[in-house]
Amino acid sequence: MLKILKYSFYDLMRSRWSYVYFFFYLILGFVLLFLNNDVNKAVITLMNIIIVLTPLIGTIFGVMYYYNSKEFTELLLAQPINRSKIFMGQYLGISISLTLSLVLGLGIPFIAYGLFKSAAIFDFGLLLVVGSFLNFIFVALSYNIALSTENRIKGFGYAILMWLFLAVIYDGIFLISLVVFNEYPLDKFSLITTMFNPIDLSRILILLKLDISALLGYTGAVFRKFFGTNTGMLLSMSILVLWVVLPVLRMNFKLRKKDF
Amino acid sequence: MIEFKNLHKRFGKLTVLEGLDLAIKKGGIFAILGPNGSGKTTLIKCLLGMVIPNKGEITYKNESVLRKWSYRNDLNYLPQIANFPPNLTVFELIQMVKNLRQKKSNEQELINLFGLNDSLQKKLGNLSGGTKQKVNIVLTFMFDSELIILDEPTTGLDPIALIHLKELIQKEKTKGKTILITTHIMSVVEELANEIVFLLDGKIYFKGSIDELKKQTDNDNLEHAIANLISKQYA
Repeated sequence: MLKILKYSFYDLMRSRWSYVYFFFYLILGFVLLFLNNDVNKAVITLMNIIIVLTPLIGTIFGVMYYYNSKEFTELLLAQPINRSKIFMGQYLGISISLTLSLVLGLGIPFIAYGLFKSAAIFDFGLLLVVGSFLNFIFVALSYNIALSTENRIKGFGYAILMWLFLAVIYDGIFLISLVVFNEYPLDKFSLITTMFNPIDLSRILILLKLDISALLGYTGAVFRKFFGTNTGMLLSMSILVLWVVLPVLRMNFKLRKKDF
Repeated sequence: MIEFKNLHKRFGKLTVLEGLDLAIKKGGIFAILGPNGSGKTTLIKCLLGMVIPNKGEITYKNESVLRKWSYRNDLNYLPQIANFPPNLTVFELIQMVKNLRQKKSNEQELINLFGLNDSLQKKLGNLSGGTKQKVNIVLTFMFDSELIILDEPTTGLDPIALIHLKELIQKEKTKGKTILITTHIMSVVEELANEIVFLLDGKIYFKGSIDELKKQTDNDNLEHAIANLISKQYA
């Protein structure tokens, strides 16, 4: 598996898109820092971008890589290697290279700006951790979609829909339901609904760390009470881990019956 | 050496293999023929473990291959379409496959034979279709395995490369290897094959030597004899 990972990783590291992605974050980091002149504010703006963008890029990279390397995967399948190792290697290769683009692209400007002297280092660290999680989650989800869809146009469409649903539509439904049921106590409901969407979960996790939750009112207080504690943090982190593990398990299950 | 027993494979509503039985002895060149969509590639992919049959058993050297992978160490496969990671160079790809197989290989000889020395440092994405196929052939023949499976090996090759390929196949045969070929080019079959396996409607329709086929179809020309077999499907 490590060998496949290594080559997938090299292959991606040499593709133009990894660099485009890396430079995008690099430029974004510098621009934000010099416009805001404040690490804390930059972290908030970055959060808004990362939370939407990393899932999108992860989804697109995952689907694209799967379909583009299909014939090569067939070549690997004819080699004496276990099937699931091939796909796990590819999956980790994509996820790690995307994560590296993110961490390096944002890390360099922030370190250059003097992150280590700033109190925002933990917030920034959390942002990177959550961004990396989102990479792993969405590459896994998109790989699942690609594995289940033979037609690449359809696969691409489903993957984008999945992203659109989790990044935009889910929030819409969530908000509508809050308005419709506003006569009922909704704190538990909203807490649980948040858990089912990795993007929302990441957003809340960061927002609450950033001490701007006072803006969120009563529900914010409930959220803060929950996520602010160590248990809440641990629980939400483990749910993010679950969001990685479950799709990966399904991938392995799907692989056992898949024809190439 | 290879045995397929009562093999069934369906893709959705489409039945491709329907109770196929086939035994292939060790040594010699076997041409797997049949009209388009008759299940040649599916049969090969079942043997490789890429397609999982709905029913039936496949054994290689008397051991079941279903859901296993280590048996593939003793088999070389040339896929129909050669497509490699575009950002790796030819050299890196060869190193990678060598690294995966951990087996003795003679790639340099083959690289010289197919004149790939100048392409070694080029990225695979920049190679022409024929050159990719040559790389594909190098990857297939560089290991010493008892079984060699070639799926449409002649696609995109120039005449010189084709001659080299045929020589290569003959050479492997004299070493006592078993070679399975699917192709639509009858001159290749006539030149190389010891035995023909003809697939039709998901079953083996004919198995035997070229002469037997000619006799059975009452036709002196192999191309016409095969066309004769295929036309029965259209009738």
